Amino acid sequence: MTRIFIPRDSTALALGAEKVARAFEAAAKRNGAPVEIVRTGSRGAYWLEPLVEIERDGARLGYGPLAPEDAEAVLAGGPHPKALGPVEEIRWFKQQQRLIFARCGVTDPLSLDDYLAHGGGRGLKRALEIGGAATVKAVLDSGLRGRGGAGFPAGIKWRTVAGVEADQKYVVCNADEGDSGTFADRMLMEGDPLLLVEGMIIAGLSTGATQGYIYIRSEYPHAFATFKAAIAVAQKAGWLGANVLGSGKAFDLEVRLGAGAYICGEETSLLESLEGKRGEVRAKPPLPAISGLFGKPSVINNVLTFASTPWILEHGAAAYAAYGIGRSLGSQPFQLAGNIKRGGLVELAFGPTIRRLVEDFGGGSRSGRPVRAVQVGGPLGAYFPDRLLDTPLGYEEMAAAKGMLGHGGIVVFDDTVDLAAQARFAMKFCAVESCGKCTPCRIGSTRGVEVVDRIVAGERREANIALLRDLCETMLDGSLCALGGLTPYPVLSALDYFPEDFTRRLAQQAAE
Amino acid sequence: MVHSDWSEAEANTLIEARKGEKGAMLPILHDLMERFGYIDAAAIPLIASALNISRADTIGVVGFYQDFRRAPVNGPVLKICRAESCQAAGCEDLVAHLEHRHGLVADSHAGRVIVETVYCLGHCAASPAAMLDGEPMARLTRESLDACLAELGR
Repeated sequence: MTRIFIPRDSTALALGAEKVARAFEAAAKRNGAPVEIVRTGSRGAYWLEPLVEIERDGARLGYGPLAPEDAEAVLAGGPHPKALGPVEEIRWFKQQQRLIFARCGVTDPLSLDDYLAHGGGRGLKRALEIGGAATVKAVLDSGLRGRGGAGFPAGIKWRTVAGVEADQKYVVCNADEGDSGTFADRMLMEGDPLLLVEGMIIAGLSTGATQGYIYIRSEYPHAFATFKAAIAVAQKAGWLGANVLGSGKAFDLEVRLGAGAYICGEETSLLESLEGKRGEVRAKPPLPAISGLFGKPSVINNVLTFASTPWILEHGAAAYAAYGIGRSLGSQPFQLAGNIKRGGLVELAFGPTIRRLVEDFGGGSRSGRPVRAVQVGGPLGAYFPDRLLDTPLGYEEMAAAKGMLGHGGIVVFDDTVDLAAQARFAMKFCAVESCGKCTPCRIGSTRGVEVVDRIVAGERREANIALLRDLCETMLDGSLCALGGLTPYPVLSALDYFPEDFTRRLAQQAAE
Repeated sequence: MVHSDWSEAEANTLIEARKGEKGAMLPILHDLMERFGYIDAAAIPLIASALNISRADTIGVVGFYQDFRRAPVNGPVLKICRAESCQAAGCEDLVAHLEHRHGLVADSHAGRVIVETVYCLGHCAASPAAMLDGEPMARLTRESLDACLAELGR
C-alpha cells in the first residue's frame, strides 16, 4: 500500500489541490496500484502547492506544484521534472524552527491517532501531572507573549484569571485573523486543529475555566468546518466534557462564526460580538481577565498563543525561552505574502531580519522587479524601505524602528507601488472598519483620506502635510483601540520614507 | 447556493432552536442567512421578542456586520480580496478588468455575478485571491478570471 499525502488546506484548494487529488485517485484506479490517499493540511510552502507527497521506503517524496495531468507519471515513479526529493530535506523547510507548525501538513488533521503518534497530547498530559498553578507558572516563565499583535505576556493573563474567584470563567480564542498578509491561524485550524484544542484545554484547566469559545472569522469557512469537526473528535475521545481525560475536571469548547467585521479581532469587540451585540470596543478597565465574556473572568488569547503552550508544557519554560531575542522569546510563525516569489509560512525563533525572510526565504518579488516597500504586521503596520530591512523581527526591535510585528505578516511590494495610495488606503480601511465608538478613529480616518487627497493634488501641500501629521498624532493618542491608534503607522511611514510618492502626480503634471 | 423563500414559520423554528444559547444573536442570524440568504425585515421582531431585546437593538446588530444582507441576491457571488497583499499582487487590475471586460462593477450589487469587496481571505501567500460562492481561488490572473466566468455562463 502506497500512501499519498495531498493537502485539503483552503489555499491549496484554491490552487487546484482537489482536482489533483481526484486525478491521483483515477490514476491509481487505472493502473490497479493499491494506494491510500491521506488528506492533510498544508506545510505552508504555498509556492509549491499543490504539493503532493508519496511515501517510498519510509521517506516522503515531494512533487510540486502539480497539475492533474501530472498524476499518472508521478504515480508511476521514476524521474519527474517536478520531483523535489524528501520533503523534510527541502532547504526552505530545513532552515525553519517549527515548534507550533511541526505537524501541520504532515498528519490527517482530524485523526487523533495521527496526532498522538506525532507527539500530540504530551503538553496536556504534563499539565495534568503538575497541576494548574505549575502550569500557569510554566507559561509565565516561558516568556510567551500574545501572538495576536499586542505582545502582552500570556502568563500574566492566565495568572490573573486563575487568581479571581468566580462561579464561571471562560477561555476565549481569538481566531478573527483579519490582517492582510497573515494566514497562520487559518493554516493551523485547517492543518492541526487538535493542537489548538489542546492549548485551550490547558488554559481552561489551569485557570479554572470550564467553557471555551473560539471565534472564527466568516471569511474562513474551511477553517470553521475543520475546527468544528475537531471539537467533535476531542469530545468523542473524552478530551472535552465533564471529565477531561479522567481528571475529574470539566472543560468544553464551542465554535462561533464572525460576520465580516475586522474590528472583532480586537479582544473587547470580539467579546461584545460573542455576547450577541454590535462589535463595539469596550473601554478598559475592567480588563477581560477580571470582567470579560458575559462579565466573567476570561482568558482571551490568539490561536498561536494557545497553540504554543503544549510545546512549553512538554519541553519546559526554559527550553522555550532559549529561543528568541531580547524580550521576544520562543518562535514566531512569519507569513510571507504579497508580491513574493516563495510565499508561505516560515516559523523561526524571534530575531531574523526582515531582509532574511524577504530575500532568503521569499526569493524577492514574484514580478521579478525590485522590492520597494515591505509592510510588516498587517494593515496597521509600517511600510519599510530597503534601508530598514535589516531590522530584527522582535517586538521591541520593531517598535524602535517605528513599526510593529503584529501577527507576523510580511507583505512585499515591488517598485510599481504608490505609497501615497497605500497611505490613503490605510485611512480608508480604518474608515470602513471603524466600530464608530471613538471620534479620532471614526471621524479622523475619513478626514485622513481627504487630507491625503489634497496633498497628492498639491493643494497647500506643506500645510496639509502638517495637518496630516497632527491628525495622526490625535489618532495615535486619542483612539480607544489599536485600529484608530495604529492606522497612523502605515500613513506616517509612507510619508517619512517615500515622500516622493506624495508629489509624483504634481511633478508629472508639471512635466507635461 | 440554494436558499428557501422567506417563511415566518421556518424562521421561528430556527430562532426557537437557538434562543436558549448564551449570546444566541449571531448564531441565529447565521442560521437565517444559511436558510434564506438574507435577513428579512419580518425576522427582526421575531428575534427581538425571542431574545427579549428591543427591535432597535436587533436592527443595530444586523446592520453592524457586513455578512448580514437585508435583501436577497440573485446569482453567484464573487468575493474579491482588495487588501494589501492582494493589492501588491495586482487585485485592482482584476477589479478594473471585471468592470471593463465583463461589466461587473464591484459593490454595485448588480449584474449576473455579484462582485463584492472583501478584506482578506487568508490566501495571502498566493495573492490575488477571491471566493466564488464559497469556493476559494488564488493566484488569479485576468485569464483565470475569464475562464471562471465563462464556466459560470455555461
